[in-house]
Amino acid sequence: MDAVLGQLYAGLSLGSVLLLIALGLTLTFGQMGVINMAHGEFLMAGAYTAFVVQQVIGGAGSAMLIALPLAFLVGGLLGVLLETTLISRLYHRPLDTLLVTWGVSLMLQQLARDVFGAPAVEVRAPEWLRGNIEVLGVPFTTGRLFIVVLAVGAVAVLSAVLRFTSLGRRIRAVVQSRGLAETSGINSRRTDRVTFFVGSGLAGIAGVALTLIASTQPYMGQTYIVDAFLVVVAGGIGQVRGAVLAAFGLGVLQALFAYSQSVSTAKVLLLVCVIAFLQLRPQGLFSVRTRSLV
Amino acid sequence: MREDYLEIRGLRVSFDGFVAVDGVDLTVLQGDLRFLIGPNGAGKTTLVDAVTGLAPATGSATFDGIQLLGKKEHQIARAGVGRTFQTASVFDQLTVLQNLDIAAGARRRRRSLLRARGAVPGSVQLAMETTGLTGLQDRPAGELAHGQKQWLEIGMLLVQNATVLFLDEPVAGMSAEERRQTGELLRRVRRDHVVVVVEHDMEFLRAYADSVTVLAAGTVLAEGTYAQVQADPRVQEIYLGPGSQGPGSQGPRHQAVR
Amino acid sequence: MTRRWAGSASVLSGYLVAAVILFGAAPVLLSDFRLRLLAQFLCVAMVAVGIGLAWGSGGMLTLGQGLFFGLGAYIMAIHLQLSDAGPAGRPAFMVTGSGLPWWWELFRNPVTAVLGIIAVPALLALLLGLGVFRRRVKGAYFAILSQASAAAFALLLISQQNTVGGSNGLSNFRQFFGFALSDPVNRRMLYFIAAGVLIAMVAAVHQLRRSRYGELLTAVRDGEERVRFLGYDPALVKVLAYVVAAVFAAVGGALFVPIVGIISPSNVGVVPSIGFLIGVAVGGRATLLGPVLGSLAVSYAGSTLSENVESLWIYLQGLLFVLVVAFLPGGIGSLGAALRGRRRAVGDVPGRSAGHGPPGRPLVDGGGPERAPAGARSGGV
Repeated sequence: MDAVLGQLYAGLSLGSVLLLIALGLTLTFGQMGVINMAHGEFLMAGAYTAFVVQQVIGGAGSAMLIALPLAFLVGGLLGVLLETTLISRLYHRPLDTLLVTWGVSLMLQQLARDVFGAPAVEVRAPEWLRGNIEVLGVPFTTGRLFIVVLAVGAVAVLSAVLRFTSLGRRIRAVVQSRGLAETSGINSRRTDRVTFFVGSGLAGIAGVALTLIASTQPYMGQTYIVDAFLVVVAGGIGQVRGAVLAAFGLGVLQALFAYSQSVSTAKVLLLVCVIAFLQLRPQGLFSVRTRSLV
Repeated sequence: MREDYLEIRGLRVSFDGFVAVDGVDLTVLQGDLRFLIGPNGAGKTTLVDAVTGLAPATGSATFDGIQLLGKKEHQIARAGVGRTFQTASVFDQLTVLQNLDIAAGARRRRRSLLRARGAVPGSVQLAMETTGLTGLQDRPAGELAHGQKQWLEIGMLLVQNATVLFLDEPVAGMSAEERRQTGELLRRVRRDHVVVVVEHDMEFLRAYADSVTVLAAGTVLAEGTYAQVQADPRVQEIYLGPGSQGPGSQGPRHQAVR
Repeated sequence: MTRRWAGSASVLSGYLVAAVILFGAAPVLLSDFRLRLLAQFLCVAMVAVGIGLAWGSGGMLTLGQGLFFGLGAYIMAIHLQLSDAGPAGRPAFMVTGSGLPWWWELFRNPVTAVLGIIAVPALLALLLGLGVFRRRVKGAYFAILSQASAAAFALLLISQQNTVGGSNGLSNFRQFFGFALSDPVNRRMLYFIAAGVLIAMVAAVHQLRRSRYGELLTAVRDGEERVRFLGYDPALVKVLAYVVAAVFAAVGGALFVPIVGIISPSNVGVVPSIGFLIGVAVGGRATLLGPVLGSLAVSYAGSTLSENVESLWIYLQGLLFVLVVAFLPGGIGSLGAALRGRRRAVGDVPGRSAGHGPPGRPLVDGGGPERAPAGARSGGV
């Protein structure tokens, strides 16, 4: 039982990372019909931001706190740069954006390799994230707990922004009907850019979080991007609610499969589950038709 | 010659609690050029969607003794029910001939699909003559004029060997001359087809409709000849408000019916 | 009629030129090392020919061809390992004591091995294809699922250290259906087989493209929903192209094994799977010869550049993807036409076709209040 709970905690934290990555993907896909394969590299950029901050500051404790907003900024700026230079030319060609951003992702990975070297770099977890907390009598590492809190916080903030602010209303309007939103005076180009900034920034934060449970290396984005896309597909494109359920569902499923089988068998089973799930609900958990985004 | 007819009974379509079509009965005979009119949101296109498999519905819609509801789109098409769409949806990258040939081919044997087309099939040749597209057979459909695309769609319905034809606003955006030609085309076609036209254009309706069914808020409001329907006060009311002279009246409101 | 004759004459001469280059010029002019490299490129080009059919003509972005390439390759590798080991023998890498997995035994016989190379990927593609296409999963959803399948397959291989060599893969093959692989003459024969198979594949795709099926496939690519109302099931149309592409990839993989001498998970995962696409995009996805020529050119450029500076090639690869797909979706072949502004060639580019529409937009027709429900089933990607 304890082992199962342990796996459950691992699954929760994995799901949290997937969620942080998938939120940006699902928003940009829902709003602009863009499949951004370079999203994983924004994650990597976030992780390397944590590394650089730590190198500059030295102390791991405050570095983590500084790295979080900074990684958000780095990821977001990279996203906006990509959006304005390339992706804005490719709206309504989702399959082509996939290939173009894959090209960008290749270049960014190589860039990371040239700058930081191919081997993993060490990002030390701060003192206050190294302990354990007992939950239901089973130790839950504070690092993993921190990741879960981060993801839940991000979803809460994002949901609040989408629901209550004028920016959120603009985003929802553009997701539902771009043409109508434009005729009602919404500058959809600016809204697109903001969405891209926020989505990519969340990937940056995910990157920082990931340094706590995985190694920081040039390929780290690629490791997670496929899973994150599965989350988007299973959750229903453009659906925050769907992404949350799918991310935790996939994270926990993978952890449980990995417990009874091997990690790789878990991946295969997971894929089979997603394909089987799409047989039942080809539009994902929540379809785009649903009136609300959140 | 056998008389074919389409029979719809108690057709009901609802989406998330919103009832778009609410218990419609409709019978259309072969040789009858039936027009389906009604204000926006009356459920005209939804009715067509339901019968052609695009929208889930309850009730019954039979043609040739076959229950159409519950079948998939391509099975309904094979059963002899074809449709066009408001925006002409032909295959832009393919030529007129290729478009028609594909439409003609759903019943071909699988193996014959793997060969290139030899001579132009007779039905395709005939459809090109009927629709006046013979000279354009090697032109990519994307380069056709708007009216020609609509004719190509009708031609595709003809070679598809559909007996029931649903046409969704076939003359929208056409010039007067194109409308006239389309009307003549429909008259030629109705002889051996069950034809249902969803249309807003009252001039066109008056000139070519054999009978008219008026839908409003998902139910049948009136049915009969153009004159009968026009004289119906309820129809006048929903169309132009109280005190007006009915859908055929001339004047600026006329186009507002769209 | 005359045009048709002229057409078939130029087609015939095209095949003749290809045969002369591949069977005549290349073996004479190239060193054994270069010829082996060319044979390797030919195998990759086989995958590209299939992608050209599925993606270029059919609009299905097959991001996971590594799965089928790998299936063909591993079945061939298993067979070669077993025939090297001799009757009832076992490959050296396996831990002694554990039995030979039952599915290894299936491919000991050369006939079942060859059958398996074709049938296993074909069956899997049929199942996967019917599963997703029947449920109208398409566009980006399909691309992502196929990519995930390649990723999962690669991981599965890595985890199977004792049965398929884990991340090292399978290597050190000594003979190919009884012919020693160390003999240069036999290596040359392998090259000829690859060249012949590739030409046959191009011819098969050529026939499919000019057949009624090819026209139907293009129609499905540009208006899947419309095709339904003509009485076809688009899922069946698409699945055929998908299966053909899968078999081509598998055959490419199977020939890759004796020619290159090793197959490992790094040849079948996400990265190589997308890598197969570059050549297709560069050469022109919707053309007959674009995928082959593009793939050969990209393979050549890749091997030449990475012999010198590896990182440079990766940057260039990324740049190629960006430039070609974003600005020249018709591929290099459309460059001249694009410059001259000729309409026809541009018309061949499926870039803006219906299958590429944004998610949630009704594919059949425009909006309007009473139309909203139509999007319910046709709107999803």
